[in-house]
Amino acid sequence: MNNLNTYLIISAFLFSLGLIGVLQRRNLIGMLISIELMLNAANLNFMAFNRFLSPDPVVGQIMALFVMGLAAAEAAIGLSIILALFRKMHSINIERAQKLKG
Amino acid sequence: MDSLTALAQAAFWITVGFTVAGAAIAVFPRNILYNVLGLALALSGIAGLYLFLGSFFIAMMQLLIYVGAICIAIVFAIMLSRPLHLEAPQRAVPKIAMAFTAGAVFFVALTSLAGRTNWVPAKARGSDWSIEAIGHALLTRYELVFEVISLVLLVAIIGAIVTAGFSRRSSS
Repeated sequence: MNNLNTYLIISAFLFSLGLIGVLQRRNLIGMLISIELMLNAANLNFMAFNRFLSPDPVVGQIMALFVMGLAAAEAAIGLSIILALFRKMHSINIERAQKLKG
Repeated sequence: MDSLTALAQAAFWITVGFTVAGAAIAVFPRNILYNVLGLALALSGIAGLYLFLGSFFIAMMQLLIYVGAICIAIVFAIMLSRPLHLEAPQRAVPKIAMAFTAGAVFFVALTSLAGRTNWVPAKARGSDWSIEAIGHALLTRYELVFEVISLVLLVAIIGAIVTAGFSRRSSS
């Protein structure tokens, strides 16, 4: 269990699941959930490299903290956009949000 | 000692199992509430993996920010948007197949790349995992990034309020 490749494979699996979710879901909230999954996979990679390779264990942890902060900002903006879209369109299906298509 | 390492091994694989199962629940069921619960399970499992990677602080932050804040915010958004039982049109099968192909290709490429690379650890490796070290680095070397993240969070909060508030005024 205690080697780098195990963690890399786990995080690659999580990232691929998130990618599948983003590509196949049409519900905006479902896509947001998949994006959170992908961000967490990247975070797990940072922490694994930090544990096994990096010269200073502080750097990877700070990077993970920054990713968490940006994910919080992204979730707040995304959810408020979803609420605004729902009030306008009465649906959060992304294939109905095509007013700009003309 | 041997049974102790076996126990740690078992705990590790159970954590991995929870993470993978949660991720699968977060992506595949069509009911959006199951997705959120699966996401919470997967994020808790990742917090456990952070414990195995030696960082108690990041594991707690993961529980606090992701499981505690983001999952609750998503539940609120579900509550405020469309009822669950109204629309569930079937997705076209070729699109699902293409999504799965893209995910599988990405996974195979990434794992083969990770397995083929010869990872070399740094020559001199520090061993200071304390929270004091993190705080010190945040306020000295990474101070600019810290401030910029704070600014981004402030702008995001104001933007979220403005977006949600203006749409209410214009539609009602």
